[in-house]
Amino acid sequence: MGLLSDPYRRRALSRLILRLNTPLCILSYLAGLGWFLGLASLPFTLRSYMSENAMGSTMVEEQFVFGERALSYAREFAGHKKKVGGIPVAWLEKTMWNLGLEVYKQPFSRTLPFPDEMRERYMVKGTNVYGILRAPRAASTESLVLSVPCSTGQHNNQAVGLMLALASYFRGQIYWAKDIIFLVNEHDLIGMEAWLEAYHDVNVTEVLSSGMLGRAGAIQAAVSLELSSDVITSFDVAVEGLNGQLPNLDLVNLFYAFCQKNGLLCTIQGKLQRTDWDTLPAYVHSLQTLLLMVLKQGSGRPQGDHGLFLRYHIEAITVRGINSFRQYKYDMGTVGKTLEGMFRKLNNLLERLHQSYFFYLLPSLARFVSIGVYMPAFGFLILILVLKALDLWMKLSKCDAGPEEQLCDGDQGAVHAAAEESRPGLLTLVPPLLICHATGLTLYFLPVLGQHMATQHFPVSESEAVVLTVIAIYVAGLALPHNTHRVLTGCGSERGWMTLKLLSLLYLAMLLGCIALINFSLGFLLAVTMVPVAAIVQPKGPKYLYAVLLVLVTPAVTLLLSIVLYQELIEYPVSALECWQLFLQAVSEGLLDHYLYGSIVFPFIALFVYPCWLLLWNVLFWK
Amino acid sequence: MAAPLVLGILVAVTVRAVLYRSSLAGFISERVEVASPLNAWKRVVEGLALLDLGVSPYSGDVFHETPLIIYLFHFLIEYSELVFMITDVLTAVALYLAVQDFNKVVFKKQKLLMELDQYASDVAELIRTPMEMHYIPLKVALFYLLNPYTVMSCVAKSTCAINNTVIAFFILTTIKGSTLLSAIFLALATYQSLYPLTLFAPALLYLLQRQFIPVKLKSKGFWLYTTQYAALYLCSLMVIVCLSFFLLNSWDFIPSVYGFILSVPDLTPNIGLFWYFFAEMFEHFSLFFVCVFQINVFFYTIPLAVKLKEHPIFFLFVQLAIISIFKSYPTVGDVALYMAFLPLWSHLYRFLRNIFILSCVLIACSLLFPVLWHLWIYAGSANSNFYYAITLTFNVGQILLISDYFYAFLRREYYLTHGLYLTRKDGTEAMLVLK
Repeated sequence: MGLLSDPYRRRALSRLILRLNTPLCILSYLAGLGWFLGLASLPFTLRSYMSENAMGSTMVEEQFVFGERALSYAREFAGHKKKVGGIPVAWLEKTMWNLGLEVYKQPFSRTLPFPDEMRERYMVKGTNVYGILRAPRAASTESLVLSVPCSTGQHNNQAVGLMLALASYFRGQIYWAKDIIFLVNEHDLIGMEAWLEAYHDVNVTEVLSSGMLGRAGAIQAAVSLELSSDVITSFDVAVEGLNGQLPNLDLVNLFYAFCQKNGLLCTIQGKLQRTDWDTLPAYVHSLQTLLLMVLKQGSGRPQGDHGLFLRYHIEAITVRGINSFRQYKYDMGTVGKTLEGMFRKLNNLLERLHQSYFFYLLPSLARFVSIGVYMPAFGFLILILVLKALDLWMKLSKCDAGPEEQLCDGDQGAVHAAAEESRPGLLTLVPPLLICHATGLTLYFLPVLGQHMATQHFPVSESEAVVLTVIAIYVAGLALPHNTHRVLTGCGSERGWMTLKLLSLLYLAMLLGCIALINFSLGFLLAVTMVPVAAIVQPKGPKYLYAVLLVLVTPAVTLLLSIVLYQELIEYPVSALECWQLFLQAVSEGLLDHYLYGSIVFPFIALFVYPCWLLLWNVLFWK
Repeated sequence: MAAPLVLGILVAVTVRAVLYRSSLAGFISERVEVASPLNAWKRVVEGLALLDLGVSPYSGDVFHETPLIIYLFHFLIEYSELVFMITDVLTAVALYLAVQDFNKVVFKKQKLLMELDQYASDVAELIRTPMEMHYIPLKVALFYLLNPYTVMSCVAKSTCAINNTVIAFFILTTIKGSTLLSAIFLALATYQSLYPLTLFAPALLYLLQRQFIPVKLKSKGFWLYTTQYAALYLCSLMVIVCLSFFLLNSWDFIPSVYGFILSVPDLTPNIGLFWYFFAEMFEHFSLFFVCVFQINVFFYTIPLAVKLKEHPIFFLFVQLAIISIFKSYPTVGDVALYMAFLPLWSHLYRFLRNIFILSCVLIACSLLFPVLWHLWIYAGSANSNFYYAITLTFNVGQILLISDYFYAFLRREYYLTHGLYLTRKDGTEAMLVLK
């Protein structure tokens, strides 16, 4: 407290902030960026370990031997799927029934807000089929889920086969203390959302489904399996869920532990970890893995069918079998053993997974970065905004007090804000704030509401109309300052833009702070781009340079650059045209994610970040 | 002057009416920051249902409002939205009138002191002018009406709004100098939420000052008036309590309302300091710590009364803030009441040290409350420590804000008597340092 109440020290501190503002900001930015890049290196990461007692100390012996049966189920399923041209409900019901499961089906339907061109769907109708294996050792109070998406074409047939084989094997065992639900969901995430909503008897999105007849207990954990080949070379795990939510790290550890035990290769973000930890190429490799995770998490999209479970407080991961050109292949038996081991350990759980971390970044499967370690990187970036805001505040206070008026007791608290001066100053800020937020609201509501009108007047399809409207409104926002400065007459002073900038910096800091808690990656990606330019932007000096910089850091361009970076990282570079296609696709997917599953990225950008950015644009063109 | 107030009231009522009709109303009324176990509307409805069934509303462990409130809503349940809007407007108008009157008093006192030559010679810029004081009542009223905290608490139909109205009327009657009404409203406020008991001291000091009775322990007039005021207060309190007894024909409400406030059995998270501590604590220590925590509200009254003997309304403001920080089930509605008084002290602005940082902290905390609540309760990825950290920051921010105002007030008084430009013995410029 001495620092805040002692006027001498305060004066020294405020002088420090005023004089060294720019160097401090630069230092802070470099520190933030450096810290983030350092996260992939050894000193910042911890070796992952199992925190949950019930899963750590007990041993299980896997005895799954139905590998061949899995393949025959898969072939049979493929045949029936082809015949029906969708999910073979009757066959699945019959097969599961014969295995001794309680079988239920759940029809659902959902009309999308606008047609999804990539997956070619608009009015979706489908059926989920699931069988419940009742636990012989306990009342049905808790359950586990093994889910498999029933995709179009030849995909995931082996996954269904393996699931059925596992079900038949599990049926014969006596040690189950939790019900196990074997779920085949149609139309991937839409089906999954319908099933989860019906299971929990809620309706948070507009999906229509019949009520659910059979339930097991509260779901403790879920594994979603994707497998499209008879043999696999490695397993890939996807952890990022809706809005960047992550499952408890113990579940990932569990997967990793069993892959180790069975000698399976396992990857995350499609990257195999390297054994040499302290070399430069290894560091670059784990940095790439980390960046991929940040980009995927930042998108707020579920990276697999598990992503929707997390919202219901259920820990879940997606496991994908990969068949690449490696020499050594694993058959269904090994894959089944791995899954069996995971389920047996989950079966041992005494309480929900809660011991380990929920906020982490993974530079590889064996090591992780916890929230306490990665948050400072973000903190340094926010510090820039705070420093700049303090600087502006002190300057504003000074020009209030006037140069000749000596401060009565020396500290900067002696601010003489005459009511007549400050009131119009504050009132002039209202129109830009209102206009920017109105633009944000338009950006949020108009594209989907106005799609029919757009298709009537322009030769475009609905989904094109939506995406193009979004882009049009976004770009039209740039023209705003030229309109607002006419509304504001007589505010042409230094104070005006400084106050507006102060306001927008604080606004940005609070937005980024809030989103970084929910989705660190999104917050960090926005911060690392927007913060430096937000700090330097002003209506004086090289205006056009600032304008170019500001356009370069707008969320839309950040999205474009993220797509380029992502494509580079997965070693699948794209040309400019393809990149543009991907960008359009990403915009429409972002909207769909919001309307279908309740992702918050699009409303957050449209209603808050974009208006905040427009405020900065207003600062730049203040007259 | 009345026209802007009417305009402000219209805007405020429109905002509330729109919010009542929107889908946000349900969300807001579920927020723990807005509705505490004491004043949540859901619980009032539950109490009413029990009453209609002929069961004592206190028989469950849900309803903790006072009998008068439940009988009020027994008749007005159909118009509850209207009632809450009207209480808010009444509070604002009462505050407006009170501050208007208080400004006159302040101005008169300042004139008197200037004529008596009590002020130093170079304090011209500290002297308050009618020009700057003209808009203060309006600002106070609008600060209350348009404060998002008030709006949310009104939309959630938290009965906190009614407590605020009672306290506002108490302040109005005190400033108008009516001993009887002041005592009655103080008794009502005490009856409603117990803690306003501590407002007895500032009100007494103000009334004494108004009657030109010196605060001396030896003077007879002082004791006479104090006894009179205390007797009025206690009598009205007794009447109200007995009335409640006759309404329900049982004393059930005493443990259920005041016992509930004092012993803090409900540990639902809120913006206060109690819940986390008592959730963590072993049962057999809790009595001791409940006492320690509750003393906080009452303890500061004595030193503040000594220090701010001459400035009872500022004392009242600080005491209101202390209540809203340290009470057992605080909500943002309580915070809104003392925040409405901030414009009244706008002349202290030049002496405030950390107002910028503190307002940023308070706003950031208000935004982080729902975010961390979401992470803790819905996403399940954060835990109670995250939420409590923000609660703690919010309260520390409030405490620092109040101490900032307190210190600024004392400093201004010091400058008024000693001159603005202090010099040391060796002739250089001196500075006041808080140690």
